[in-house]
Amino acid sequence: MREELKMLKEKAENELRQCSFVGELQDLRIKYMGKKGELTKILRGMGQLSAEERPAIGKLANEIRDSLEERFNRFSEELKARELIFRMEKEKIDVTLPGSVHETGRRHPLNLVFDRIEEIFQGMGYKVEEGPEIELDYYNFEALNIPKDHPARDMQDSFYITSEVLLRSQTSPVQARTMEKMRPQVPIKIIAPGKVYRRDDDATHSPMFHQVEGLVVDKNIRFSDLKGTLLSFAREMFGKDRLIRLRPSFFPFTEPSAEVDISCIICGGKGCRTCSYTGWLEILGSGMVHPNVLRMSGYDPEEVSGFAFGMGVERIAMLKYGLDDLRLLFENDVRLLSQF
Amino acid sequence: MRVSWKWLNELVEIKMSPEELADKITMSGVEVGNIEYLKKEIRGVVVGLIKEIMPHPQADKLCICRVDIGENMLEIVTGATNVEPGQKVPVAVCGALLAGGKRIEETILRGIVSEGMLCSPGEMGIEDNEVLPEQEDGIYILPQEVEVGCDIAVALGWDDIVLELELTPNRADCLGMNNVAREVAALTGGALKLATVAESKEGGECAKLATVDILDTELCSRYVARIVKNIKPAPSPLWLQQRLTASGIRPINNIVDVTNYVMMETGQPLHAFDYDTLKGNRIIVRRAVEGEDLVTLDGQKRVMTAEMLVIADAERAVGLAGVMGGLDTEITDKTVNILLEAAAFKGSNIRRTSHALGLRSEASLRFEKGIEVEQLSSVADRAVELLVELGAGEAVEGNVDCYPVVQERKPIELRLARINGLLGTEIAEGKVEEILSALRITTLNKEDGKWQVIPPSYRRDLVAEVDLIEEVARLYGYDKIPTTLPCGETTQGSKSKEQLVRRDISRIMLSAGMYDIINYSFINPRNFDMMRLSEGHHLRKAVLLKNPLSEEQKAMRTTLLPGLLDTVRKNLHKQNRNLRFSEIGKVYLPGTDSLPEEKWVLGAAVTGKREKTWLESEMRYDFYYLKGILENLFAGLGITGQVYRPVKELSWLHPNRGALVMLNGREVGYIGEVHPEVMDNYSLEQRTIVMEIEIGLLVEEAAKSMRYQPIAKYPAVVRDLALLVPETAEAAEVARIITEAGGELLHSVGLFDLYQGKQVQEGYKSLAFSLTWQAEDKTLTDEEVNVLHDNILLALSKDFGASIRKA
Repeated sequence: MREELKMLKEKAENELRQCSFVGELQDLRIKYMGKKGELTKILRGMGQLSAEERPAIGKLANEIRDSLEERFNRFSEELKARELIFRMEKEKIDVTLPGSVHETGRRHPLNLVFDRIEEIFQGMGYKVEEGPEIELDYYNFEALNIPKDHPARDMQDSFYITSEVLLRSQTSPVQARTMEKMRPQVPIKIIAPGKVYRRDDDATHSPMFHQVEGLVVDKNIRFSDLKGTLLSFAREMFGKDRLIRLRPSFFPFTEPSAEVDISCIICGGKGCRTCSYTGWLEILGSGMVHPNVLRMSGYDPEEVSGFAFGMGVERIAMLKYGLDDLRLLFENDVRLLSQF
Repeated sequence: MRVSWKWLNELVEIKMSPEELADKITMSGVEVGNIEYLKKEIRGVVVGLIKEIMPHPQADKLCICRVDIGENMLEIVTGATNVEPGQKVPVAVCGALLAGGKRIEETILRGIVSEGMLCSPGEMGIEDNEVLPEQEDGIYILPQEVEVGCDIAVALGWDDIVLELELTPNRADCLGMNNVAREVAALTGGALKLATVAESKEGGECAKLATVDILDTELCSRYVARIVKNIKPAPSPLWLQQRLTASGIRPINNIVDVTNYVMMETGQPLHAFDYDTLKGNRIIVRRAVEGEDLVTLDGQKRVMTAEMLVIADAERAVGLAGVMGGLDTEITDKTVNILLEAAAFKGSNIRRTSHALGLRSEASLRFEKGIEVEQLSSVADRAVELLVELGAGEAVEGNVDCYPVVQERKPIELRLARINGLLGTEIAEGKVEEILSALRITTLNKEDGKWQVIPPSYRRDLVAEVDLIEEVARLYGYDKIPTTLPCGETTQGSKSKEQLVRRDISRIMLSAGMYDIINYSFINPRNFDMMRLSEGHHLRKAVLLKNPLSEEQKAMRTTLLPGLLDTVRKNLHKQNRNLRFSEIGKVYLPGTDSLPEEKWVLGAAVTGKREKTWLESEMRYDFYYLKGILENLFAGLGITGQVYRPVKELSWLHPNRGALVMLNGREVGYIGEVHPEVMDNYSLEQRTIVMEIEIGLLVEEAAKSMRYQPIAKYPAVVRDLALLVPETAEAAEVARIITEAGGELLHSVGLFDLYQGKQVQEGYKSLAFSLTWQAEDKTLTDEEVNVLHDNILLALSKDFGASIRKA
């Protein structure tokens, strides 16, 4: 019987080595170790053994069982791992094939700029205000210290609907409207994005274009605050290393007034084609709110002061994205739009 | 304003380069837009004296000139007919470079060697308006005063540099060289060297020869006249011509040139009348009589309105005040005596007149921007002095000065605390005083950090304290002002509800694959026909521009559709075939208020398809594609309950492929395929689907607060229901009945198949729905669901004659 057992072990081990699938191995296990398996068959003859022999044979049988069991298990793990590798090998895909198409939309470059400007100023505590595009002459000009026949009206030839109603030529009327609405409260801290219109149409002018206006009115607002605010904005918008430069200028509704340049975003100030070799790019107009404007909107210029600024969105978009023709922005050619 | 560098240097001491000065004055508010080096491309042209002219032995039309160019004598062959011995002419020697890069070499002309070339103005890049009218044609005959052998650039003043000032409206003072020099002096501390003028006295001989009456003192506040007799019109000396050409003004003759020169110098326009043509020796400044006419210097007959100011003599208008003189009183060869006018006309009136007549000149420009009334008599004296100096005439002693209301300048209070408070600076008192003095602002009085000051009369823009603060700031240097942030109460950055909804919409459209576009707000009214709008349709009632740039931009859009379709057309034209556009923009509707109504609208247009890939089959951008995007939008905004009602009445839509979009019984927009005729009108070769949704009507619904719904604890039962319904039945209606009959336990209904064809009886279609049943408190049994299904079938068969489709 001892011999029988030893042979069984040898035979089982041999067959086991021949297995190449987990399934085969299962069959083999049943064949040897199952309830009706060969090992059981042999052990059935235990009854005929002497009492002395029995424990020794029993022990041997158990050892063989355990050993086979262990081998089956180990081999089964091995086979499983091998089979998995085999399966995965068969499942190979070409990961370089293009993925399933998800059509992506594109934001218009001007709106990208609007979004960014709004984000920056909202972060600085500015409320977003809007006003009508078809505006009263009063808000577009008079309330901004530009009476009829003021030479500054020449700066911007406007589209008129009637003698008193026009397409706003700037977002500045929102200043006057906001102050009228808010008076006598301070602080006012707003930006006003939107469309504006002037009678110009060439490579650098579009009859419709976009501006963002800013207005802050409070006690003790200083020119230095305007400078600091615009510096923060310029760095957020155009990069940490930006410098700004203010040049005296003229707007009827601000005094003192300033044109604001940023150090060139292409060359960093060394001078290049984009900045006409000056190292600077003009990006916005600004100034301290003119006392006449404050007065007309119901504030006492001795009590409060303010600053205002206005920037052209097209100009910023063209600088930021390197566009060389303004008209591209209104053609809505998908070959352009798809780049944003 | 073109500023000659040479001229400026004569008026003020400058110790820096043109570039440095340009930077300095730009940084203090007078922008130099450009620095122009005059005619620097011309090389090797010198002044030559024609000694002798000999005929060309081989050619009748050519001649040989012996020309002295100082160092040596050249023989030059020319075909010019206007040359004579003794003339000085520009000579391009061998190796010279002329306009357009043309190089002059020794050449042989019909057997004779030509050692150079005599030049015309054009060959040296000189425009007609830079030379006297008689010098336009042929070889440029130079004045005798130029030196033989001298480089032409020096002789003609091309070694000058022009600073082009881009003046803001407040700095009209810088339209005169004297004031530019004053500005430079204030900024650099350079010494001023302005010409001093011997002032004439009021009255005298002049007053006996002429009278001046101002009938409209509002439009003309002062009029100074002086008389010059025995005038001798002749070309001006070269230096004067050069200054005028550098300034962009064409030299004509000494009389005209002096008036222009003095205008450029002082900023004050002058006019010269032929004294002897003035009837009654009178000048009357009055408004024109409505319909009165005048032939102006340019030979045009001008019909005037009562709004226009004229200069008249005893009988008739002789000039449009400040705009253009009359032909009858023009200076001619026969003129003996002239009357010089230096007057102050009201800018706004001049502006209107010059705009109305389309006549804008250097003179009218200066009046429009405002001139310095205080200097009129000295300006007139300066002109007379120059005319006498040039030998162009003899001064008549005295002047007529009609100045009914002398304008007094009021003192302005300037507070140190206000300066520093508004600027955020700590500028010292002494510094402020230094700046005031550099600007020639007179201090009348000073106490407790307050000054009472009077600005110089040429700075008409300085009227209030804040103007002076700007002056202090700009001379102090904007760059020296510190950088701070407002330090008041903290404010919350925010957007309105509608702005937030618009932001959400744009994000949803973007994630749905739409291309965001921006179209012009104005459209061609022709679009209304192209959209097949009926006469009197409300969308035709557009706000119209009074002064559009063209008919194409005449009407403010009442719908986004024209812009959308135009964008599609332009893209198709460029072979961009698969298009998905959306625009969030305003439409403008005439309202009853003083201003039109402006509404935000979402518009979209799609055409083409998603191309087939190796993985997916193609997908057409059809009605259902765009509707899916719209459904996404509603879902994204948290809006439910939208209904699509078939519509035939929208003229721009296919009558059987369009729907009104309804929300709570209110029409919020439309969606549909473009009508074939409208497609033709816009040259669209592809079916295009469009929609417009009024955003304002979504805001309320979208802004509803979101509430959590508990998630079901028990599993749902999903059953399919395939129905046979008449072809005409609307899917939404069938779904509505299912929902209604299903009751509370019916969680959702989805259509997953639509079939019409062989296996379905004619006149019918098969709709297959997937129904999800769900109870909150238990798992539904098959029996329970069966009963509910039967209810639905009953309702459907009653309303539609629907039946279960047997496979």
